[in-house]
Amino acid sequence: MTKADFRAGAARAVGDVQLRSNFRRAMDGLMEKRAAQFADGEELERLRTLGESIRSRSLARLPELLVQLENNCRENGIQVHWAETAEDGNRIVLDILKRRNAKTLVKGKSMVSEEMELNHFLEAQGIETLESDLGEYIIQLAQEMPSHIVMPVIHRNTAQIAELMERKIAGVSYTENPDELCRIARKVLREKFYKADAGISGVNFAVAETGTLCLVENEGNGRMSTTAPKTHIAVMGIEKVVEHLQDVPPLLSLLTRSATGQPITTYFNMISSPRRPGEQDGPQEVHLVLLDNGRSRILADPELRPTLRCIRCGACMNHCPVYTRVGGHAYQAVIPGPIGEILTPQLRGLDVRGDMPFGSTLCNACVEVCPVRIPIVDILLRLRAEANSPEQGGSVKGAGAKREGKEAMAWKGWQAMHASGAVYNGLSRLLAKTGNMMPGSVGPLKAWTATRTKPRFAARTLHQMTRKRGIPDE
Amino acid sequence: MSDQSRNRILERMREGLQATPHPGSDFSVLAEKQWPPEARVKMLRQRLESVNGQVHLCSREGWVAELQNLLSGKAVSNLLYAPGTEHGSELERSWPGDDAGLPSLLSTMEEDVDFRERVFDVDASLTGTIGGIAETGTLILWPTPREPRLMSLAPPVHVALLDAVNIHNTFWEAINQRQWADGMPTNALLISGPSKTADIEQHLSYGVHGPKELIVLIRE
Repeated sequence: MTKADFRAGAARAVGDVQLRSNFRRAMDGLMEKRAAQFADGEELERLRTLGESIRSRSLARLPELLVQLENNCRENGIQVHWAETAEDGNRIVLDILKRRNAKTLVKGKSMVSEEMELNHFLEAQGIETLESDLGEYIIQLAQEMPSHIVMPVIHRNTAQIAELMERKIAGVSYTENPDELCRIARKVLREKFYKADAGISGVNFAVAETGTLCLVENEGNGRMSTTAPKTHIAVMGIEKVVEHLQDVPPLLSLLTRSATGQPITTYFNMISSPRRPGEQDGPQEVHLVLLDNGRSRILADPELRPTLRCIRCGACMNHCPVYTRVGGHAYQAVIPGPIGEILTPQLRGLDVRGDMPFGSTLCNACVEVCPVRIPIVDILLRLRAEANSPEQGGSVKGAGAKREGKEAMAWKGWQAMHASGAVYNGLSRLLAKTGNMMPGSVGPLKAWTATRTKPRFAARTLHQMTRKRGIPDE
Repeated sequence: MSDQSRNRILERMREGLQATPHPGSDFSVLAEKQWPPEARVKMLRQRLESVNGQVHLCSREGWVAELQNLLSGKAVSNLLYAPGTEHGSELERSWPGDDAGLPSLLSTMEEDVDFRERVFDVDASLTGTIGGIAETGTLILWPTPREPRLMSLAPPVHVALLDAVNIHNTFWEAINQRQWADGMPTNALLISGPSKTADIEQHLSYGVHGPKELIVLIRE
């Protein structure tokens, strides 16, 4: 596989007219619905303050809260596992499945399992995993990655989905009726829910004080996956924990209103234990896999820590002028858009995805809508600086990976020029005379002018003009 | 492996955080959301209807008749219910025989019948709720051994009974007033409408995995 590169992905996506129109329509709709939910600006700001305080508190107390969560889950009968890396996490899931002799799996939507590439790993081990969220099911048929964290198949229109389902599901004929397409999926998946040996889900919030796992969804596939099979395995990033049960309602409200403009989703599912004596359904075993995979490193840096406040609503994507034009696949990352630009390089390293923090105009729209006020732009700037840091191996993995000798030299020169009045005056006069003769398409300016128009230099410098007008030079 | 991983993860976090102060939280924005009881019923109804839920108001005694009325016109051949609950007993008492053109009652507690098999096969179910939430148009369910979790999910039609006096202003209020933190059930559920998806080009489709119809009887 070639190295992931946002610039190349974005260039391809911008040329895809169908893709752009699919995204434009969807994102406009989501922005409108969110705005309608937060008509009361004062309420929104107070809720954001509350949400930010809850997430910050959770992170400040994360080790204690995780231990509390672990103890309460164990007391409730939920088995807790810790994974340092994605590989560890995959191995833990596989071991559980092997012990239960589970061969078929249904999955609820989980971004962490995408991060672990769990499906891929399990399939290589001969275990069939079926995505049961309708959007995830469709992209699994298409063998694609999600292009949005809330609406995974938003890049395809109905006709494209209809064609796919006709081609991939036996006995299905072409129909562009979305209700009919849903009915087809329901039928296929019902059978699977009933028969699956195990269910896998993510976790939206885990409550330390009660040992409760919370899941947010509209379809009911999450409830199916966590209720019908004998074994339920929940995977979550370690940052998802909150301290108290009463911390959940404000976050839930911010999440659904920011994400899809709904006051609440159809289902909010709170799981605190496996099936208890006398109960007639629910899994006999519930497992919780806590995944670090680079998060504890992010936590250690106070400037980067707010990255972990994220509740995965996707509002930053919906409002991003870059994302809404290129779509999720251009980022070639599990989590695209502004939050992906800061999260992915930190999890995977700037040596692997140092390109991502540069895929932004720094317009601040993401920061304005973020329900937990993550300073995305500040973190983008910090990561850009880290990527070009002269010191290898700073606090972000792969720091210094983007540093180039020529660029560093150019900035050194810029610094020297601006530090001395005499040099500045001399050079700016020289540029006023010769700057327009410098070719933009070759030589040192080429990298700069590839995506920018070369500026025209004025015939006289500002200093010369002000002096001419008799303004004293102080 | 897991134990060592656990300790290393916790150690890294403790080292990284040192003595980071943690802010308090001001919940007044939620606490201030208070409406009179009649307004709560209205809000809940309006919110539920806006997401395709069907809401019917009835009296404390009249709900079975209302239910019969609603189901007699539907292609529902059976109704799963929980005997031994208060509403289950009321239902049994006033449900006519099979020749009345009404769905036949199926019990969740029948011996020799696998509940899972039954719940995936029925046309409709009736469950109680422990309350509602006005702000979001939500039903609160704590499933029980008699009224298991899949009852509100697997059948195509779910009928839920809600007592108007149990409608809270907000989810936050329900959690605090009822002291949920003192003991959570195996599964607590908030349900706000029938199952739905907008994954296909944002077209809203109902009943993708769960019930296509949610009928709520509010007893006043």
